[in-house]
Amino acid sequence: MDLILFYLRKLFTILKNEVLVLPSRVVAVLFFLILLLLPVFTKDAYLLRIFTLTSIFAILAASWDLLSGFTGQMNFGHALFFGVGAYGAALLNKYAGIPPWGTIPLGALGAVVAGLIIGIPCLRLRGTYLALTTLAFPIILMGIVFALPDLTGGELGISGIARLAGSRVASYYIAVVTMLGLCSIMWKITDSNTGIIFHAIREDELAVRSAGINTTRYKLLAFCLSGFFAGVSGGLYAHFMRIAGPSTLEVSMSFQVVIWAVFGGIVTIYGPVGAVFILYPLLELLRFWQEYRTLMFAGVVLLILLYMPDGLFPWLRDKIEKECPRCKIRNVAMRHTCRVCTAPLD
Amino acid sequence: MGFVLNIIISGLISGSVYALLAIGFSLIFGVARIVNIAHTAFYMVAAYCIYFVTHKMGFHPMWGMVAAIVLVTLLGIICYNIFINPIREHEGAVLIATIALAMALQEMMVLKFTGTYLSVPSLVKGYLLILGVKVFYQQLLTFCLALLVMAVLWVLLMRTKLGLAIRSTAQDKEVANLMGINEARVAMITMGISVGLAAFTGAVVVPLTILQPHMWMHPLIMIMAVVVLGGLGSLKGSFLGAYILGFAEALVVFLAPMGAFLKGSVALSIMILVLLIRPEGLFGVSFEEER
Repeated sequence: MDLILFYLRKLFTILKNEVLVLPSRVVAVLFFLILLLLPVFTKDAYLLRIFTLTSIFAILAASWDLLSGFTGQMNFGHALFFGVGAYGAALLNKYAGIPPWGTIPLGALGAVVAGLIIGIPCLRLRGTYLALTTLAFPIILMGIVFALPDLTGGELGISGIARLAGSRVASYYIAVVTMLGLCSIMWKITDSNTGIIFHAIREDELAVRSAGINTTRYKLLAFCLSGFFAGVSGGLYAHFMRIAGPSTLEVSMSFQVVIWAVFGGIVTIYGPVGAVFILYPLLELLRFWQEYRTLMFAGVVLLILLYMPDGLFPWLRDKIEKECPRCKIRNVAMRHTCRVCTAPLD
Repeated sequence: MGFVLNIIISGLISGSVYALLAIGFSLIFGVARIVNIAHTAFYMVAAYCIYFVTHKMGFHPMWGMVAAIVLVTLLGIICYNIFINPIREHEGAVLIATIALAMALQEMMVLKFTGTYLSVPSLVKGYLLILGVKVFYQQLLTFCLALLVMAVLWVLLMRTKLGLAIRSTAQDKEVANLMGINEARVAMITMGISVGLAAFTGAVVVPLTILQPHMWMHPLIMIMAVVVLGGLGSLKGSFLGAYILGFAEALVVFLAPMGAFLKGSVALSIMILVLLIRPEGLFGVSFEEER
């Protein structure tokens, strides 16, 4: 009993001293709570479906940020990982009869292998070369998919695979909990030693190498990690839609990921996730003007970029929070002195 | 024998188209470091422009070509000034700005002309029989015009003052600026030339293909492969790479089973194989190290 009280008190203290002092942390906690409690307030199948898909794509966008944002390995073919995950899960489910909880991780492992395969030739490339080369891989795979219609179903894809879960609410919880979990893991990775090395590779690969770090290994690790997370989202997508088609490998899919991530702000992890949660429901909202939907989507992206070229969320965060010049701790923009070291802000 | 001729013709035509597009793409990348995803979208807009002028307004296709090139070049410069120029320092932002631009152009064409397949009459009718293979005059015209434009571009780049400015800006932006070259204006002019080339390609190739709003996707992928294969920023590389990939595509389409599906894959695999041996492409120019 005392122990429980102790932990409760500790939780309360953390909440009061660490979370409530910064608006961005409050927003993050609210985001978690709202997503987890949404089915309590509404059972609307359409709304749940949108948020399930949004969560799946949020994993994808965050995994792009891990590879391209943090490690700086511009990947224009992220649909490859998504497609390999989706096709892997679908094939395993259809021909081997493995249930979704087995096919999704196995499909993700397939995506890890794909990450290794494309990572090795791409190690020697950088910047724009890398971006344009990686664009080629999903298209090559798509050609193979079309050339083997007996196995992959060609243009129609593999349909009739098992449902993610029995009910809509259960599917929703699987997608949302996976998303929250994986995104937190990604965020922790970027905060760890490995993440710092990733970041350093992005800033100056030569300097990292001269510090005695094997950058080749870390770049391959980034490809594999990102491939794994994207593969999980691909498997979830295949089992949720109950179809794995060539649309998962399309160029527009790869571009979509880049749009989400850059719109939200790269090198943040939370940026791409937030961007998916704004842009994907927005696209659904615009379905009342069916013909103008994509046009307006493009217009919104162009306009936001003109005013916030670093992405939406870093811009917002800079507006509501200030960094203390002495101890580098973030403070609410309204404060005049730092909350830790009382140095004057601004 | 006729078989071989078919491959040669198809390879030369697609090679020339890719060469024209890739040179424009490479040019604007070299000068302003802009990866212009919307490059082939302008090519598509030019094709639709010709359709509009000939079918809806009833002019001769010749006027359609002229109108397409002028209007699309203007459109390109306007888009550059409004959407790309203000955010040029942010590479990622420029990238998705051009993607969004391409999507917007595609959607406008869908709204105006719907997504159906359209076609345009050729400039010159009739065909030539060589070894039992029909060679349309339009194909010959496309090929000759493409070569002519590339020659004009070569003269412009190598023999004029503007060309010198463009080349020096591509080599080193800061020093070019110090030497009194207005770098921003050179970038804008290059954008105009680049989009103009795309529009011209659209204009000459439109009678040979089918018009649809998604027609920019395949050439875009191919020119990206061409540019990487030939070496970014190298015009000679783009030229050669375009014909290599054009012929590879033609060979696969005519020889392999299910060739139409595999043509993209094979061309792109060639690009990756070359990159494994020479990471900077066939004629890679090493840019100043940007650290």
